[in-house]
Amino acid sequence: MENNTLLSETGIIITLVLIIIPVITALLIVIYKIYGIVNGLVRKRELEKFNEYFKGLSQEEVKQLEQRKRELEFALSNNELAGNIKISDSRGLIASINSAEELRFVEKKKKSQPRPYIEPKLSRLILWYLECAVFWLIFGTTVGEYVGIKFVAPDVDHISWLSFGRLRPVHTNAVFWGWASMAMMGLAYYVVPRISNAPLASIKTGFYSLVLINISVILGSITLMAGINNGGGEYREYIWPVMALFGIGIILSIWNFIKTIAHRSNKEIYVSNWYIISAMMFLLVIAVVAYWPGWQNGLGETIVQGYYMHQGVGMWFMLFNLGLMYYFLPQQLNKPIYSYSLGILAFWAQILFYTLIGTHHFIFSAIPWWLQTIAIVGSAGMVIPVVAGTTNFLMTFTGSWHKLSGSYTLPFYLIGIIFYFTGSLQGTAEAFRFTNLIWHFTDFTVAHSHLTMYGIITFMLWGFIYTLVPRLTGKEPSQIIVGAHFWLALIGLLFYTFPLMYGATLRGLMWMEGTKSFIESVELMAPFWLWRAIGGSLMWFSHILFAYNFYVMVKSKEKTVIPTSPAEILLAKEELEKQALTN
Amino acid sequence: MEFFNNHKKLFGTALVLFITLTIIVAILPAINNQQNNAPLPNAVKLSEEAFLGKQSFIANGCVACHTQQVRNVDMDKVWGNRPGIAADYASATRTSLWINTATLMGTERTGPDLTNVGVRQPSVAWNLLHLYQPRTVVAQSIMPAYPWLFETKKELNEDDVEVIVPDEFRKGVQGKIVASKEVLHLVAYLQSLKQTPLPDGKPASDFLYQKKKQESVNAQSEQPSLLPDGNLLYVNNCQACHQANGEGLKGAFPPLKGSTVVLGNDLELFVNIIMLGYDARPEYATMNAVGLDNKLTPEEVTAIVNHEKTSWGNNAKTVTLEEVKKIMDYINVTAKK
Repeated sequence: MENNTLLSETGIIITLVLIIIPVITALLIVIYKIYGIVNGLVRKRELEKFNEYFKGLSQEEVKQLEQRKRELEFALSNNELAGNIKISDSRGLIASINSAEELRFVEKKKKSQPRPYIEPKLSRLILWYLECAVFWLIFGTTVGEYVGIKFVAPDVDHISWLSFGRLRPVHTNAVFWGWASMAMMGLAYYVVPRISNAPLASIKTGFYSLVLINISVILGSITLMAGINNGGGEYREYIWPVMALFGIGIILSIWNFIKTIAHRSNKEIYVSNWYIISAMMFLLVIAVVAYWPGWQNGLGETIVQGYYMHQGVGMWFMLFNLGLMYYFLPQQLNKPIYSYSLGILAFWAQILFYTLIGTHHFIFSAIPWWLQTIAIVGSAGMVIPVVAGTTNFLMTFTGSWHKLSGSYTLPFYLIGIIFYFTGSLQGTAEAFRFTNLIWHFTDFTVAHSHLTMYGIITFMLWGFIYTLVPRLTGKEPSQIIVGAHFWLALIGLLFYTFPLMYGATLRGLMWMEGTKSFIESVELMAPFWLWRAIGGSLMWFSHILFAYNFYVMVKSKEKTVIPTSPAEILLAKEELEKQALTN
Repeated sequence: MEFFNNHKKLFGTALVLFITLTIIVAILPAINNQQNNAPLPNAVKLSEEAFLGKQSFIANGCVACHTQQVRNVDMDKVWGNRPGIAADYASATRTSLWINTATLMGTERTGPDLTNVGVRQPSVAWNLLHLYQPRTVVAQSIMPAYPWLFETKKELNEDDVEVIVPDEFRKGVQGKIVASKEVLHLVAYLQSLKQTPLPDGKPASDFLYQKKKQESVNAQSEQPSLLPDGNLLYVNNCQACHQANGEGLKGAFPPLKGSTVVLGNDLELFVNIIMLGYDARPEYATMNAVGLDNKLTPEEVTAIVNHEKTSWGNNAKTVTLEEVKKIMDYINVTAKK
């Protein structure tokens, strides 16, 4: 009875459908891979059968086959038209041709594209941003893992600096402002000058910005652990002087970017730059509104908090990443974006609807009822930009799906896009008043924020980093370890979120029922918190692999390569001659 | 289009649109709220100790797991007598130069809501023990322990508040465990968390999504269970101190198992203790007026009494609602004076 009424709630149905989509996608990828392997095995067996048959061929049959072979092999000599004139490929049209000999367990993925020229100094700046980001990813998720363990073992330590309430914001802020923000900025330092077709205005300013942002996250983490915080609004835990450093860093970079765009050599501003610049402008607005001292008494604080935390997520991380996606996805697929105008529609719709939805974190609270209703309506309106964006990306994919299995970067893109669809719409479903009753205040919110900040933002960033860094350094990671990173992160995320969502639903229903004491709902969650810790460990381990891959892309020594291509042979010869001279 | 190719116009428009929406959806409502709002006339201002305690509450990030908001939905009834209103938060202003206004409404209820915890759990002894190590009093709790808010001393000074910690939780700590100033402030803050009743004559708004009453069905199947669930009431009101096994905690909370009060026939004393608290035995902590504070009804008190009389091996004669009602009427009359 209970289940039936629950399953007839729109919000619940939407959520269930959304949960199933990424699972099915992951399954399809698995099935596709397994199909390839099984197919290979079947063919091999067939071949063995044929070999048996061939052994029994008679002389006559062999002769006939040889005769037919000669006939079939007849070919023109290729110089019928040219005669004896020497053949040349003066434009290098015949590029390298890959051949595959043996059955492979792991399919060979496409290598990174040859790199366009990038100023070495700019390349260094970008790599510095990304290196810092990787550090904060490892730091932030190590803290997160530890915090997750504390749900299972609350007495693991009794040190004030490491207590749960202080470490939790250290985790969220480090992955927000450290990992995701710095990675996005680093990537933007590549994208903005490229699509403006102009050199970056000032590389030095880029470094100042990076330093300020880093200092902000370092100071923020330390002050939080020392018990100095802004008074408990999520993602607004850094005190204002710390956040001001971050803001100044962003101001420097935005100045840098706008100046670059102003000097662009092409007429139009590609839509990526719309997203990126807007995200940065909006972040500054949000930060000023949220941190301006001297207002926000009483419930004003909560109204601003709802606005702040959601704009932080939607206007900074999401908008920025969409901008990067509009650049990197067409690049990776080697084709233009499906619809430029859909991208523009999504841009304006995102601003219009996303700005309204902040207070949906405080439904049924003492915040004015009309504001809550606007937030719910805005959440429903989010369907427009999300569907527009997803359609645009998936339609760009159309016709290039075969590239998916041959690339080690594209799966990250695809998962990011799928979660963009499901994660964002899940947010809409959660904002309905009934679903809010069940899920609000439970771990469902935690699962949701990981589906989005991790499933969308982090997966996209990984895809972009694996695309970009080999272009800058010319070094590629081992595709097997990239694959391991991908699968561990994805499976870890599913282990993390699904049990939490299931347990949270049970917990919410128990609260609504009202016949059990609160502590029983804590006991109920114990196994689901354990699952979360297990999933979190898988995710954490995948980050170690990612860090290793990053190291390989950036720092590893050149492998001893025997020169094969003409360029390599010539280079090697030149080097050798130089050595001979100096000796 | 010219517009799309002019970065100043394009970015300017986006910025203006965003700022306009920001003003409508965040700035104006927030300003409106802080200007047209005042604390309830009967609201109690935070004492100095409680204010310091609030800062400790903020510093330790307690808001990560504890909300302070009673929503206007039925399921939140357990956390307060009425839904929260804007006036409840009106007295919160900017905490300090560094710290923003902290309404501490929270977004996660990993632990219980604290809006009314000062009423629900006012015992200083319990709160101190619970902060030192939550699992001494609530075995299933996953709340962090805060031993660094306590000091160990060989000798007690006059105004020291000692915390009696059961041996298995002392973890080799020698000497007397004494509450620090900070933790006493924190407890003062927790004790101050009480919902202010609405001024006379104003009815509170209703809780939404009321559950349909199913008691009529139960009443027919299980005679004579017109009384509420005694076990659940015990868990919610008594168990934190007297424990699930009814054995209490040595040096802090007396056992109910085998207790002469529980098993004896002096119902008046028993009900009096539940309703008005008890401080007659120096070897145990003071008990607050649990019944009066939580507005327990005669039905609920009868259910609790009968639960205690028949659990953990206790096997005494149960009492009727009428007997309890008589005593409660008397208590209510005297308590009002």
